[in-house]
Amino acid sequence: MKIKVLYFAALREALGSPGETIELPESATTLAAVRALIAGRGGDWDKLAQMKNLRAAVNQRMAEPDAAVADGDEVAFFPPVTGG
Amino acid sequence: MSVSVQQADFDIGAEIDALLAGRTDVGAVATFTGLVRDVNDGSGVHAMTLEHYPGMTEAALEDIVAQAKARWDILAVRVIHRVGTLQPADRIVLVVVAGSHRGEAFAACEFIMDYLKTQAPFWKREDTPEGSRWVDARESDDSAAERWKQGG
Repeated sequence: MKIKVLYFAALREALGSPGETIELPESATTLAAVRALIAGRGGDWDKLAQMKNLRAAVNQRMAEPDAAVADGDEVAFFPPVTGG
Repeated sequence: MSVSVQQADFDIGAEIDALLAGRTDVGAVATFTGLVRDVNDGSGVHAMTLEHYPGMTEAALEDIVAQAKARWDILAVRVIHRVGTLQPADRIVLVVVAGSHRGEAFAACEFIMDYLKTQAPFWKREDTPEGSRWVDARESDDSAAERWKQGG
């Protein structure tokens, strides 16, 4: 299954990527699993695992680590928000 | 169009007039305007750049406005948040709430700002004499949003 993954702000800079489309193994069915899969590539990608207070969204709604991820979803990882 | 995310500046008076156009049921208008400060966490700030998540940011703001309308008896709401690079004293955000009475208008305006600060995907980066840095989220913003959950 394929999903779109987006990175924002300090995380986008740390990873050197605004986002990508990735192929998920069948075993990766949650946000936490997607995070671990990407961080597991090593190098700068480990910063996805290291970032404190990481926030995430699935299909543009804030989501917790145990949120389900399905084929065609848009997942985003980002630091805590600082608008206003 | 109650919510806008835009690079352009806004005219507070014109926004209030547009929100009230044709209405005779409004007795109170509360507004909040956020500005770029020239100092933050002990450093001078000579510019600020705001990033957002197109699509989700607008949806999050719409959701916050819907929550405010469900919670208070208010008549009309306008939220504008700027993105891109801004200078000290520039306007960043505007919230206008129109209601029958001031109590609901004040409360809803503050609620919208408190939730915007913790729920809407915007990120600030400041240019300071020591270099460029991403602004850290404040715990005080989380606690400001949290108090609305306790019936406050």
